[in-house]
Amino acid sequence: MTQRAGTDVDVAAQTGPQPAELDEDSARWMSSLRSTGARRDQAVADLHALLLRAARFEAGRRAGGMPAADRDDLAMQAADDALMQVLGKLDTFEGRSRFTTWAYKFAIYEAGVKARRRIWQDREVTLEAESWSLIPDTGSGPAAEAEGRELLHALEDGIRTALTPHQRNVLVALAVTGVPIDVLSDRLGTTRGALYKTLHDARRKLRGHLGDQGLAVLADGYVKETR
Amino acid sequence: MTATPLADTLRRLLGPGKPEVTCETCFDLLDQYVDAEVLGQDADAAGPGLRAHLDGCPACADENDTLRALVAFE
Ligand SMILES: [Zn+2]
Repeated sequence: MTQRAGTDVDVAAQTGPQPAELDEDSARWMSSLRSTGARRDQAVADLHALLLRAARFEAGRRAGGMPAADRDDLAMQAADDALMQVLGKLDTFEGRSRFTTWAYKFAIYEAGVKARRRIWQDREVTLEAESWSLIPDTGSGPAAEAEGRELLHALEDGIRTALTPHQRNVLVALAVTGVPIDVLSDRLGTTRGALYKTLHDARRKLRGHLGDQGLAVLADGYVKETR
Repeated sequence: MTATPLADTLRRLLGPGKPEVTCETCFDLLDQYVDAEVLGQDADAAGPGLRAHLDGCPACADENDTLRALVAFE
């Protein structure tokens, strides 16, 4: 089996479970959406209502501060787009999950992306990788710990010296400034997957840089001297 | 698990440091991963490398959180 471009290992694509038999509810959804006439029309309307519920739920979580009418409008657009996606991909549904869970994810994706875009639409995204620092001026937060300060200095040094300019810009925007990945991919004319690949490569280089300094970061954030 | 500010900074900058799937594969597998989680089955068998990706990718993690919350309601 071929590996997809992207991260270094894509294990799930090789070992995921095989298609299963549809459960009763999923089979009912599939047969009514594949039918014709009034039965299909009703199924499409039911599906849209289900997608709208999921989109409203996600919009509420991501854009709670947005005026209710705007949020509802966003959820409706997300449900409309998700409906097209689900109907277009119906033949790819293999019953590895319940139909409703499968359908929900399209609505959640559409609503999440739209919410992040809407929230950031008037905000400037600077790709100026010079105007940042990991270390706050005052003594609170991570910098209060001497070990943390030393590590953050090593990380800053790695970001400035070990990464390509593009990797540095992407890492700083996503991981320091907190620009959402979909917003950055819009501004740069690329995709979430391509940006995540850049982030992944930058992270691997940074770990390598720390290793060169004799530092290893364990899963819980504990730092170990390796020499 | 509450991460300290330093651990949080490190996680954002350094990622999970484990083999992980891409955003595309994460989306492909998310429904079966969440169903397995909610039904108390082995979610990691349904999506190997997916947990690590969710630790490294806030956008995919948001989608996972919402899908799980929505499915768990039912
Ligand atoms: Zn992702």
